[in-house]
Amino acid sequence: MLERLQNSRQAFGWVLLIPSALLLLGLLAYPLGLGVWLGFTDAKIGSAGEWVGLENFAYLLTDDVVQLAVFNTLFYTLLASALKFGLGLWLALLLNHHLPFKSLLRAIVLLPWIVPTALSAIAFWWLYDAQFSVLSWLLRWLGVIDQSIDFLGDPMNARFSTIAANVWRGVPFVAISLLAGLQTIPPALYEACAIDGASPWQRFVHITLPLLTPIIAVVMTFSVLFTFGDFQLIYVLTRGGPLNATHLLATLAFQRGISGGALGEGAAIAALMLPFLMGAVLFSYFGLGRRSWQK
Amino acid sequence: MDYLQSLPRRWVTVYVPLGVFLIVLLFPFYWMVITSIKPNPELLDHERNPFWVLAPTLDHFKKLLFETEYPRWLYNTLLVSVASTALSLAASVLAAYSIERLRFKGAKSVGLLIFLSYLVPPSILFIPLSTLIFRLGLYDTPWALILSYPTALVPFCTWLLMGYFRSIPFELEECALMDGASRMQVLRKIILPLSVPGLISAGIFAFTLSWNEFIYALTFISSSEMKTVPVGVVTELVDGDVYHWGPLMAGALFGSLPVAVAYSFFVEYYVSGMTGAMKE
Repeated sequence: MLERLQNSRQAFGWVLLIPSALLLLGLLAYPLGLGVWLGFTDAKIGSAGEWVGLENFAYLLTDDVVQLAVFNTLFYTLLASALKFGLGLWLALLLNHHLPFKSLLRAIVLLPWIVPTALSAIAFWWLYDAQFSVLSWLLRWLGVIDQSIDFLGDPMNARFSTIAANVWRGVPFVAISLLAGLQTIPPALYEACAIDGASPWQRFVHITLPLLTPIIAVVMTFSVLFTFGDFQLIYVLTRGGPLNATHLLATLAFQRGISGGALGEGAAIAALMLPFLMGAVLFSYFGLGRRSWQK
Repeated sequence: MDYLQSLPRRWVTVYVPLGVFLIVLLFPFYWMVITSIKPNPELLDHERNPFWVLAPTLDHFKKLLFETEYPRWLYNTLLVSVASTALSLAASVLAAYSIERLRFKGAKSVGLLIFLSYLVPPSILFIPLSTLIFRLGLYDTPWALILSYPTALVPFCTWLLMGYFRSIPFELEECALMDGASRMQVLRKIILPLSVPGLISAGIFAFTLSWNEFIYALTFISSSEMKTVPVGVVTELVDGDVYHWGPLMAGALFGSLPVAVAYSFFVEYYVSGMTGAMKE
């Protein structure tokens, strides 16, 4: 029976897909649909809930905290992604020079990306401590400030502090991925360009950037999606405070849905992320470069 | 083009910025180490130079390992990571072989769907998944994590392995088929041995991702002795408003070590896996 099955590519192909399909349909596709459905109910922890139509969404869209969370999420994603792209590209260009201990350097650079974010966030929590921050100590010692900076207690400071931590973690990923793209650009192009009298800046704009665009598109799509769905960094550093200034949609969904027990409302908040995500995916699919997965 | 630059210029444009990058990227790790071996009086001293430690101590590690459930969390994390990695690898090998080599009708679209499922972030799924996990009776058991982690790992591993399988010549497979091997034998005796680097890349990736996972572990596990390291350190080591910074940092450091070690052994595989998947 199994012997005969293996001779049919068609049937055997689908049989081999069964384990992945069970996992992905059961624990990814189904929950995705279930989440949208839950968003239309008043489910609480311990009660199945009834269909309430658009009530959750109508209420949430007028909720100040939700509006603030949408703004925070976009602000966080845009600023952090822009910084990660700029710094990541710069670091990739630096690493692309002839350097001693090249592979060791690359391994060290990737460390912030490897270690658990929740744990490195704890290090940042201590670095940002209101009283004992070493950053404040250093600035005081240099004579730049008199008072310790309240990194996580002031709304604007907290936003920038969490973004800085996110950028710290994300730059290595962007840099190492772009470095791989840089290494595929033939040096002959740069040499020809230099012989024609182009400055380093012109070489960068006319050779590096155009040839790197496809990989930039993929890397930044991933980076934007990861940043948009970020949860742990905010959860560890601020839990959304002060005054909800750093609440992202994910942390707000957790607070209302799991801690608060209002599953329906939490699911509705999480569902608010869907349009943005689909927008980002469609943008990178149609708007940028052609990759093999599109063919 | 480095030969076009003079040495002083190279210092300004390359070495100095690179040095600054490295210092910023590594400083939090240095800070974790220094904090975890600093005795409490030094930790709370405002005046003295905080960058150095005068009387290093292992008290924080002792407290962490013998007075908290940290060893148990380490065990849980290891169990969950190894099991979900194994499960994802097995499922991905079969799926990747099927999509890339059997080329049945619809294989392309299945490949695309699997890729798209990688783009769904866990922060959208954790609420509905928690109700599902509860209904299945898996709440607060390691199975909740072992089964839910692969949803993020399978798409990535499949995609990565498809690239590796593509580079293996069809002729090898055809030869074996002519000699009477079955498809499963071809997969086991030809494809898998030739794609060991790909398996290592996918495995190390899946392992680090499972070790680092946070939101599912936070939502699906409630009792302290079932928690994983990242969740345990964040939720259990902070009691009230008193932060035990020493043990916290020791816990963060200790929890990062296994992935850092695993990663350092296989760094080339990790980088080639990450960049290979990007280039596809």
